[in-house]
Amino acid sequence: MTWQMRLYLAASCLVASALALAEPFPSTYEPLASQTTLIENAVILTGTGERLEGASLLMDGGKLSFVGSGDAPDDALRIDAGGRWVTPGLIDIHSHLGVYPSPGTWAHSDGNEMINPATPNVWAEHSIWPQDPGFSRALAGGVTAMQILPGSGNLIGGRGVTVKNVYSTSYQGMKFPGAPHGMKMACGENPKRVYGRDKRTAPMTRMGNVAGYRAQWIAAQKYRDDWDEYEAKRAEGDEEATAPKRDLKLETLAGVLRGDILVHMHCYRADEMMTILDMAEEFGYAVSTFHHGVEAYKIAQELAEEGVCGALWADWWGFKMEAYDGIQENIALVDRPEGGCAIVHSDSSEGIQRLNQEAAKAMARGQRMGLDIPPERAIRWVTGNPAKAMGILDQTGTLEAGKMADVVLWSGNPFSVYTQADQVWIDGALVYDRADPAMQPVSDFELGQLQGVSQ
Amino acid sequence: MKRISKILICSFAVLALPAATADILIRGATVHSMTSKGTLENTDVLVRKGNIYRMGKRLSVSGPDHVVIDAEGRPLTPGLFAGMTSIGLTEVSAVDESVDNALESIEISPMRPEFDVTSAYNPHSSLVPVTRIEGHSFTLLSASPSSSLFGGQGRMAALDGAYDALFGQPVLFINIGGSAAGVAGGSRAGLWMLLQQAMDEASRAPEDNVSPLLTGRGRATLARFADAGTVVFSVHRASDILQVIRHAEKFGVKAVISGGAEAWMVAETLAKADVPVLLNPLQNLPSSFDALGSRLDNAAILHAAGVTIAFSGAGSHNARKLRQMAGNAVTHGLPHDAALAALTRNPAEIFGVEDHQGSIEKGRPANLVLWSADPLEVTTLAERVVINGIDIPMTSRQTQLRDRYTPEQPSMPRAYIKP
Repeated sequence: MTWQMRLYLAASCLVASALALAEPFPSTYEPLASQTTLIENAVILTGTGERLEGASLLMDGGKLSFVGSGDAPDDALRIDAGGRWVTPGLIDIHSHLGVYPSPGTWAHSDGNEMINPATPNVWAEHSIWPQDPGFSRALAGGVTAMQILPGSGNLIGGRGVTVKNVYSTSYQGMKFPGAPHGMKMACGENPKRVYGRDKRTAPMTRMGNVAGYRAQWIAAQKYRDDWDEYEAKRAEGDEEATAPKRDLKLETLAGVLRGDILVHMHCYRADEMMTILDMAEEFGYAVSTFHHGVEAYKIAQELAEEGVCGALWADWWGFKMEAYDGIQENIALVDRPEGGCAIVHSDSSEGIQRLNQEAAKAMARGQRMGLDIPPERAIRWVTGNPAKAMGILDQTGTLEAGKMADVVLWSGNPFSVYTQADQVWIDGALVYDRADPAMQPVSDFELGQLQGVSQ
Repeated sequence: MKRISKILICSFAVLALPAATADILIRGATVHSMTSKGTLENTDVLVRKGNIYRMGKRLSVSGPDHVVIDAEGRPLTPGLFAGMTSIGLTEVSAVDESVDNALESIEISPMRPEFDVTSAYNPHSSLVPVTRIEGHSFTLLSASPSSSLFGGQGRMAALDGAYDALFGQPVLFINIGGSAAGVAGGSRAGLWMLLQQAMDEASRAPEDNVSPLLTGRGRATLARFADAGTVVFSVHRASDILQVIRHAEKFGVKAVISGGAEAWMVAETLAKADVPVLLNPLQNLPSSFDALGSRLDNAAILHAAGVTIAFSGAGSHNARKLRQMAGNAVTHGLPHDAALAALTRNPAEIFGVEDHQGSIEKGRPANLVLWSADPLEVTTLAERVVINGIDIPMTSRQTQLRDRYTPEQPSMPRAYIKP
């Protein structure tokens, strides 16, 4: 045994609670080298609801120094946007890149641990294949951060992770520093199909789903209380107190009850979302976001009042019974009430490449029904709102001085099918340039394929 | 009993569309004719008895019940193709009993090319209005291969909601490639072996000591297609596409490539063989080892090489996404006119229905869409739709749900709001 190991073990034994709290698999992400960069003469959508014309923005040391106007140092790289548009880096709150990567082989299919309806012990990050070619395509679409979630086969699918959209040999090298974990839960048809219908085991019904979640929360409350009691005893100097046995499932659930882990709930039907809100109240936790929420428009007011976001598609519907009532005004209607929090999510390796177009479609539908939704409002659906729902709004998601310089320069108005991301910065570092093939990443998987084919 | 008949009457009133008898005059449109006449500025289009009666300036309309629409310069295009879909064959994808587009494994014979999905077509599916109010007037009902390399047969359907919406010649669907090999002994070479055997059976009855692949009707079906019938091959890999071209020539069928992620790699050969490609222009990921060459300018490269292309691949429920897909193809190098043709004239010509759909031309059935702006732009919406001369009501189950949930805090439950 090396002295480091001895030290580690001793430390772990002494501070058993710290073992449970310390973050395993820590982020090793470091911002790439950046150059102080000024973008001037741009239309800037800040992500806070503002639109600045003829504006400039300075990225320095990985952070935004100013947004609007200000003085740039003489040695700053100056980019004349020439009236092009600038937005925060887009954020996808619902991605399966890496866990359901391309190519879609069985060997890569790592997103759904469907062996038990409650698997809060599994972490999506342990399934991420960092060589997924999908990351590069999302980057070309202006996506600078995303939450990668487990699938929805289980009532409780496991932990999601937020990453910066940079290639790395490990997911730790992508992991967004300081971002809280998410926890995926699922309503409705998927769990009851996977277990009840296909395996003839619980849950078989929606009432079985709810009984399943509640049993887990009851266990989690006890687990949290046992740990709290233990830690209180230690704090009082009780050397004899023994730590409760560590349980990976309950540790995640207790993390939710403590507010450290955010709940991302796959739920389509309005009535089920209302059930889940009551359940959250029963056990004293908050739902961050309902995902897919094809019927969210039916309870837009309730969601706004509860401060729960809806991560939605612009136009998907009909692929299953609980998606039958989909309408193209869903996002606009969830956005409508005071405090409404609408998010455009992808759940798709194609959709993540065009979050701006998905938002544009939803914006147009809202405008058609008479809602006042200018681009500066709609851009929040793919920037500030997902950042808030993922617990990273204090770091990114809007263009404000002091925040991470996660920025997209578009070829024009991003709410157009003809507009593309020209350049993308993450933490102030240029990571994508449409005009420069050298600044377009290629995953290991794609390197060297199709030899002899002239590209 | 009385109550039942009332409900029936109600239903008919809701379902029946106005007959295509009233004149429709669209004034002052930018008409994308998709014919040699090109785009006609500030042009009137008069629809009479379901057909395009006249096109020109300052046309007038007479008679009762006519409809006049002021286009004010907005674009008027032919009704768009909705792609290869299961519209009218599928209501909810995961509700098995509402899905009729594929024949699952049946014991009697492994290959049933005689399977024809069109007998399952339901014009009252909610997908029909959902799709047509977005500007789509026709779709190719397709038979999805499931447990056989033969999917079966389909045909074109107009989205006018009529029972007799089908038109054009039958089309046969065959699945080729890595994912299809499972039904052919695990090798794509097995697919060609079995297909050859099936075509042999079609031209001569099988020998006594060989278990046949086909039924008598299956043999008759394949024999018909072997006489220049149109066969859609779902295939992505470049080398497989070349095999399709070779075998189609040998079998005497007119091949259409569907998918074609790597079609750009064999564009010259496709052009020379006059084999068209139905593709999804958003496919840019190596989704399988058959599609390593996927790229966003596939459509642009094929078009430049002289290959006839059409867009497909947005599925059935969201077929309305094809327009966005076409716009993206333009962003990646396809000329705008060519993208519009890939949604109108090209699919009509590929499947031999150009007299019915895909262009705006005097004497042809009126299939028209008036757009709020550029039809390929994501913020553009269809304003008016005419299918086979019928002025389509711009409502669907989805617009009614929207209208039901638009009022904030209604005094009665929303079940009483019936838009």
